[in-house]
Amino acid sequence: MSRFVIIGNGIAAAGCIEGIRSVDKDSPISVISAEKHKVYSRPLISYYLEGRTSLEKMNYRSEDFYKKNGVQLIYDTAEMIDTKKGTVGLSGGRSAAFDKVCIAAGSAPFVPKISGLDKVKNKFTFMTIDDTLALEKSLKKDSRVLIVGAGLIGLKCAEGIFDRVSSVTVCDLADRVLSSILDKDCAQVMQKHLEKKGIRFMLCDTAERFEDTKAVMKSGKTVDFDILVLAVGVRANTQLAANAGAQVDRGIIIDTAMRTSLENIYAAGDCTQGHDSSVGTSRVLAILPNAYMQGFCAGVNMAGGESSITDAIPMNSIGFFGLHCASAGSYFEKGEGEIYEQKSCGGIKRLYIKDGRLTGYIIIGDVTGAGIYTSLVREKTDLSGVDMEELKKNATLAIFLPQTRRKKLGGVV
Amino acid sequence: MKRVYVNEQWCLGCHLCEYNCAFANSGETDMVKALKDKPIYPRVHIEQSGDITYAVSCRHCKDPLCVKSCIAGAISKQDGVVKIDKTKCVGCLTCVLVCPYGAVRPGETGAASKCELCLENSCGEPACVKGCPNNAIVYEERQE
Ligand SMILES: Cc1cc2nc3c(=O)[nH]c(=O)nc-3n(C[C@H](O)[C@H](O)[C@H](O)COP(=O)(O)OP(=O)(O)OC[C@H]3O[C@@H](n4cnc5c(N)ncnc54)[C@H](O)[C@@H]3O)c2cc1C
Repeated sequence: MSRFVIIGNGIAAAGCIEGIRSVDKDSPISVISAEKHKVYSRPLISYYLEGRTSLEKMNYRSEDFYKKNGVQLIYDTAEMIDTKKGTVGLSGGRSAAFDKVCIAAGSAPFVPKISGLDKVKNKFTFMTIDDTLALEKSLKKDSRVLIVGAGLIGLKCAEGIFDRVSSVTVCDLADRVLSSILDKDCAQVMQKHLEKKGIRFMLCDTAERFEDTKAVMKSGKTVDFDILVLAVGVRANTQLAANAGAQVDRGIIIDTAMRTSLENIYAAGDCTQGHDSSVGTSRVLAILPNAYMQGFCAGVNMAGGESSITDAIPMNSIGFFGLHCASAGSYFEKGEGEIYEQKSCGGIKRLYIKDGRLTGYIIIGDVTGAGIYTSLVREKTDLSGVDMEELKKNATLAIFLPQTRRKKLGGVV
Repeated sequence: MKRVYVNEQWCLGCHLCEYNCAFANSGETDMVKALKDKPIYPRVHIEQSGDITYAVSCRHCKDPLCVKSCIAGAISKQDGVVKIDKTKCVGCLTCVLVCPYGAVRPGETGAASKCELCLENSCGEPACVKGCPNNAIVYEERQE
């Protein structure tokens, strides 16, 4: 018997529970959840505002998930980890004893210091169900919304509220939208699409000062708004780990088995910084698939099994107003390798090929088959056995040698 | 567990599997009504490499990436079959992003769509296999 404690109750925690139970069916698991909700699909909050899902359907797991897995769910905040005593101290003064603990504390919105921000009444971040319900309450047909941040979260918010307000303006210091997942030209394709739908952009510009319901921008322009959404970025929740003495950088440093630098303390999900195999360095990969897989891996190892992740890569599939975008891996500047480009009606595909490997790709438009490209990036497939002309044209299994393809389709995988 | 496999040397590239699949999953009882003059969204598709053709559908992987990656918790594996809960799916296509076989595709309603072995539609067994004129697709148990 071991006592397992998981700090946080998001996707990484759900993965951790399932990982532990794949090895150990009986030991007690306690989950400490600062949000007073059962695990839900965080990326669906914008779909909720758009009316494309409901609070109930956002539940990530079934109603009996905790019971079925013998999990005690504690709605409280973990305040410290005492490595000597082996306890997690909770805000209410209680504590939870552990033999193995997993920190799955996710990330928190970064709120920049902007003069006058404290006096803005209708301001929101966009991370949680509670954020979403609060934002929803303030939405009115005639609201003018200013979103600071043209990244994934800011733009998903823009899409979610667009039909429920009168105008949406998005500003960002970066020179393009979705700067963490798109290269400059592809970002333009997406930006044009969003502008056509009616979203206004102010790029290379940001709010420098707020005067009540007016934002004074760096450029000197002004924007009048009724609702302000801050989506500049997120920061990994590393404090608990750091205070306990674990090594942290931008995230909690973990090895390929999700161990932190402290014994019996594991970490998973958005709060971590692990190995990004597409660039070979340690990075925060704040995406949901990664959170689940890291959580599962941590759980298996905590329960005495053996698991590791060595092939994590950045990847994203995201759509805005019907236009899809799939991307994975890393890109490089022109001249460092081959950048294959194919334009289609309203879309674009770019493949980044270097040293006989696909290092990354972006597709905007028809993303059918994109997973085949993703697998080439993830597995760092040597393209010498691959039909390059076919590869560029279509993402199908026809790119592989016949024997490779037959193995993929003829065996148990 | 029984899965769908292809024998590419027998495939004629006739695309009948695609039509049978779309029909079996349409909920209609009349094939003409189900398919005529409409774009179809089959869960099996024919690919071509030179003069070889073959059918591709979900492999129902042992450790499916789509299940682990679904941002809506809409994909699960039950009794060996990978299934999409279409009422939960929001059509983000993360499953399309991660499927190494290109077997999950955008479906008719925008939700992702893939082979679920026809176990829950009126066909009751894979319609692509049942209707294949040349035994190029089979439904059988193979060694793990
Ligand atoms: C609007 C939006 C859209 C997104 N879209 C996508 C997408 O399309 N694709 C994708 O891959 N990813 C997307 N993401 C990112 C994805 O949601 C995250 O990668 C994922 O949720 C990370 O899961 P996690 O379990 O690591 O962290 P979280 O989901 O952040 O969960 C951590 C939990 O721990 C709790 N916690 C923190 N500290 C403590 C403490 N001390 N004690 C107790 N509890 C604590 C927090 O309250 C939180 O509930 C999106 C995110 C947002 C906000």
